[in-house]
Amino acid sequence: MLIPHPLLGLRDAQEFTYLGDASLMQRPDPTRDDAEEAFADYVFLRDNPAGVHRELWFHEAGDRSWLVVTRDTTTHEILGAELASDVKPGGAQ
Amino acid sequence: MTFSGFKVVKEALTGHKGWRPLWRDPDPKPAYDIVIVGGGGHGLATAFYLAHTFGELKVAVLEKGWLGSGNIGRNTTIIRSNYLLPGNEPFYEFSMKLWENLEQETNFNSMVSQRGIINLIHTDGQRDAYRRRGNAMLLAGADARLLGRDELRQMVPFLNYDNPRFPIKGGLMQSRAGTARHDGVVWGYARGADQRGVDIIQNCEVTGFRIEGGAVQGVETSRGYIGAKKVGVAVAGNSSRVMSMAGMRLPIESHVLQAFVSEGLKPTIPGVITFGAGHFYVSQSDKGGLVFGGDIDGYNSYAQRGNLPVVEDVIEGGMALMPMIGRARLLRAWGGVMDMSMDGSPIIDRTDIDGLYFNGGWCYGGFKATPASGYAFAHLLATDRPHETATAYRFDRFARGHVIDEKGVGAQPNLH
Repeated sequence: MLIPHPLLGLRDAQEFTYLGDASLMQRPDPTRDDAEEAFADYVFLRDNPAGVHRELWFHEAGDRSWLVVTRDTTTHEILGAELASDVKPGGAQ
Repeated sequence: MTFSGFKVVKEALTGHKGWRPLWRDPDPKPAYDIVIVGGGGHGLATAFYLAHTFGELKVAVLEKGWLGSGNIGRNTTIIRSNYLLPGNEPFYEFSMKLWENLEQETNFNSMVSQRGIINLIHTDGQRDAYRRRGNAMLLAGADARLLGRDELRQMVPFLNYDNPRFPIKGGLMQSRAGTARHDGVVWGYARGADQRGVDIIQNCEVTGFRIEGGAVQGVETSRGYIGAKKVGVAVAGNSSRVMSMAGMRLPIESHVLQAFVSEGLKPTIPGVITFGAGHFYVSQSDKGGLVFGGDIDGYNSYAQRGNLPVVEDVIEGGMALMPMIGRARLLRAWGGVMDMSMDGSPIIDRTDIDGLYFNGGWCYGGFKATPASGYAFAHLLATDRPHETATAYRFDRFARGHVIDEKGVGAQPNLH
């Protein structure tokens, strides 16, 4: 697979480390009353769709940026890639 | 029709005109007591034990394609019970005992071959870990033996014992482990279930659940609505997709695992050999092909095919372990879709919806579990209580912190 890095162009997926669903950037608020339950869901449960999936890839052997890659899990076709810092300015909370 | 030596000789002498299809091809009835979604190994084993052991007669198995088209036809056929943790080892040993009696119980040749498995040891720390694992296996009633380097060298002389990075220092052997013929397992369970009155309905895809007042009433399928008092879902690989139709999210990601087979060779490898440090495992099929595999591809996939970098990685592992493998030609490769659960262990449990039961999250260890998975799921469906060997496989173990983390890599499925 080749990932279209927004700054560096097409890069081999082997340069990246995969983390999983891009919704992992939306960490629950630990001060909420139901934080324990919310964190159990956040850590363990996944939507896991068959089809278009937004996911996190870390360019570990490259510029060490995090990307949000949109990919079809039934065909491995990559539909787009953005810098995670553009998707969520200020980084993960 | 019963298989026997006499039957085989009689057919040989009369032109093989007496063989019949192994199971019927019925149309779905309007309703059943129990509907099993998924006609793979686990679904068919569940139906077989429901009819055979628990006396449930009005059972149907719904399969979206044809029997054997999913993971039961896409694995490396290894059976073993060399686990460590208390939540796991008794379950897999129960499975091993069912394998040992499978052919008598189903009257079908599933080619169960107890040729032994060896986990290789490369460091002193690994030897300690395997000694502990062997003791855990013995305590659960399984068999285990620690092999020294010299004994191992006599058994499997073709390994690269002096690999500078991973020198081989011994192994943990389970003699009762081995392989079974994956298609034979499907056909044996399907035939056994069918003979006991189970309707096996192929080309029947479940498209939704009918749920009223928090209780399941039946399933919508591509061949119409089918009513059911209880619905058991055993569709590993597609668990998230199917259970999302009932509004559930699971602690599961789907990943692809590739496997490979070489051209047919003369008998070369006596049993199953695993190279955990490089993640490579190999056995030889009855047709002579070397069957081997390694890591999952490591990103969500429903594609039933892998990508080339993992092919290279697996072959490198094979070459490091047994350089002679480089002389064999690779015949084919395939990928299966794995339910990678968050702790690497399966789930067999009721759901919050009355009458809806779930069996999945087998990661890449589903084949060896087929008989016990079917038996435990049938036990749960028939009695509403978990089987004694499967009490740890609950949904709530993640939230409660009681994960069964056999590989110790936590909640990151692409690391299992």
